[in-house]
Amino acid sequence: MSDQHDITPEQLLKEAQDLRWEVGGDFHEKLMETIYTDAAKIAERAITRPGEKSNFDLDRAIDSVVTSRVWGFPIMVLLFTFIFWLTISGANYPSKLISDVLLGTVRPFLKTLAANLNIPWWIDGLVIDGMYLSTAWVISVMLPPMAIFFPLFTLLEDFGYLPRLAFNFDNIFKRAGAHGKQALSMMMGFGCNAAGIIATRIIDSPRERLIAMITNNFALCNGRWPTQILIATLFIGALVPAHIAGLISALAVVGIAVLGVLLTFVVSWALSRTVLKGEVSTFSLELPPYRPPRILQTLYTSIIDRTIYVLWRAIVFAMPAGAVIWLSANIKITGISIAEYLVNFLNPVGILIGLNGVILVAYIVAIPANEIVIPTVLMLTVLITGAKGFGSGSGVIFEIQSNTEMLSLFNAGGWTLLTAVNLMLFSLIHNPCSTTIYTMYKESGSLKWTIVGALLPLGMGIVVTFFVAQIWRLVANIV
Amino acid sequence: MNDQMKIKPTAPCATCPVHNAANLKRLGVDMENWDFVVALAGNPNVGKSTVFNALTGLHQHTGNWPGKTVTRAEGGFEYGDYRYKVVDLPGTYSLLATSLDEEVARDFILFGQPDVTIVVVDASRLERNLNLALQVLGITNRMVVCLNLVDEAKRHGIEVDQRRLARDLGVPVVPTVARYDKGIDDLLEAISEVATGKVLGKQYRIKNMPPRLKNAVEQLAGMITTLYPGLPNARWVALRLLDGDERISEAIRNGELGDLTKGMEEFSEPNLEARMEVHA
Repeated sequence: MSDQHDITPEQLLKEAQDLRWEVGGDFHEKLMETIYTDAAKIAERAITRPGEKSNFDLDRAIDSVVTSRVWGFPIMVLLFTFIFWLTISGANYPSKLISDVLLGTVRPFLKTLAANLNIPWWIDGLVIDGMYLSTAWVISVMLPPMAIFFPLFTLLEDFGYLPRLAFNFDNIFKRAGAHGKQALSMMMGFGCNAAGIIATRIIDSPRERLIAMITNNFALCNGRWPTQILIATLFIGALVPAHIAGLISALAVVGIAVLGVLLTFVVSWALSRTVLKGEVSTFSLELPPYRPPRILQTLYTSIIDRTIYVLWRAIVFAMPAGAVIWLSANIKITGISIAEYLVNFLNPVGILIGLNGVILVAYIVAIPANEIVIPTVLMLTVLITGAKGFGSGSGVIFEIQSNTEMLSLFNAGGWTLLTAVNLMLFSLIHNPCSTTIYTMYKESGSLKWTIVGALLPLGMGIVVTFFVAQIWRLVANIV
Repeated sequence: MNDQMKIKPTAPCATCPVHNAANLKRLGVDMENWDFVVALAGNPNVGKSTVFNALTGLHQHTGNWPGKTVTRAEGGFEYGDYRYKVVDLPGTYSLLATSLDEEVARDFILFGQPDVTIVVVDASRLERNLNLALQVLGITNRMVVCLNLVDEAKRHGIEVDQRRLARDLGVPVVPTVARYDKGIDDLLEAISEVATGKVLGKQYRIKNMPPRLKNAVEQLAGMITTLYPGLPNARWVALRLLDGDERISEAIRNGELGDLTKGMEEFSEPNLEARMEVHA
């Protein structure tokens, strides 16, 4: 249309470059200032009744307590202990109920059915003792605690408490040489580490973002909470009288979560002093208003988004894992099953770091999803002890319907308190699941840092459990 | 799925163009064959995801904390005779693209050329929220302000005169409480009016600019208009160039910016006052 074809993009950019010299270096600030002035003017005109501020501001009153230097952290620990106590003491009964049905009623029925239909023993074993059993365990062990914990956690989130936690942590992160917003991605990590790693996008400096990604794994995720809760209930709770068992188990789980937060700080600090050196950037953290959570909505979303999601993921991985484990326990080479070969092979290393071969095999099987660690451990323990004569024959005739029975199974597998403590530690400090590793690779675009993010926690976990085991045995010998 | 679900079976005055939420069909993730694209922008934690869920019937997880949505979520709805695709952008305080989430939001509004951009603002924090609204308005005038959380503002003793705000900004302003689905029908009507071109906002120009800056912007904007006739936001591009925005310089060099003017439709005269009367 226009005849002025004499302007080219290059000329435009050149002109812009020249004009930038003219307008001066404070252009950005000037521009922001004018936008802010305009916004302030328009806002002032539109607000008709900037009403007399009420003398008492509830939000501020709550904030002054939950984000106070003195009370902030104690309140946090108390609150989470309370939540875990509710989870642990509330999950017992429904857990037993579900396992009564799935293992006590459905399984014998399926077995009889298979026998009546003359189904070959190996199909019966693969499907019922392998796939069905592992799935049933996942459901009865994981569903009740998740159905209590996730809604409570989501309620806290909706109420607006999580940003206050971030506010409390912000200062420590800065001192660790990391970005204050890492507190937020860490909070996301407590739900799911893959989500936490995506959440690090809110951090603009690549250096600080890498620190946040590598350390996100130290935030206990959905898949690991059930392991912590179960092992704490079985072993730590058993140390004390029954009426305070729930509370003590809850404290143990909180202890592990707090240790994870401490490790986040320590590793962030170490990374920012060594391989990821640089300046700390500043930012402003906004504390949102407290909002009364919508209870029903929260129940709905936390059950759909979290509980069912995690449970489904666990089932999807547990079924094939159950099949593989059953096969590995029943395919024998010179009279010894593949599972036993593997477990025996890893057992010396396992014992050295206060775990055992079964747990190490379970962690290899569970690389796709942390959720199936406990079911795999149960299956393998049943199979191995069964093969040693604890169960009956080479099958899996072992029905676990209560925590007591589960505990006696673990004891049969040679577990001690040290095994339990180290399993809790190792569950916190080991390589992230494959989804998280893949997310880390996609987000960082760097193979090197992905490998660091995967292997650093694994190495740390082996070192930590090794030292705990050595010191534990030393002290046990003296006492 | 609830893709055919209609909220509110019969509205009390079904003939009134405003109260016709009955015409809303939430399509969930079904967004085939859409007629219009709607972008949702706003500061962090003002309820963008809640508005998104109210429009699409999806259950994108919402949380009471800033930075909840860092990726784009997409969904669809049908309203009147048209199908809309909704894109929920990450919450940002500005569009100066200093971090990845700001860049995602900015790029979508500029290069994605949504038919309507809804800026969700927190009524109790109007001043700070308007900074973003003004920046969006520099890029596109096809905008609707969703004045959310008016209940919370009222509790804090703040009342916003949305008609005055709409006049000053030059775009429709709809008060809502998205958490309880209040005002969503008005919002739908405003969206459809802007999408179909019945209502068109006026381009926002920064006032109170020092003369030296103003001259530089005018000069550069003139060149940009010559180079890309029909580009709706020449002044904004000029400002970005003066600010040394590499992404925009790159878009000029590789022709991406020039492509934006292709297929630009001409819309009828802005008709904001007419819309005000509907709501009066």
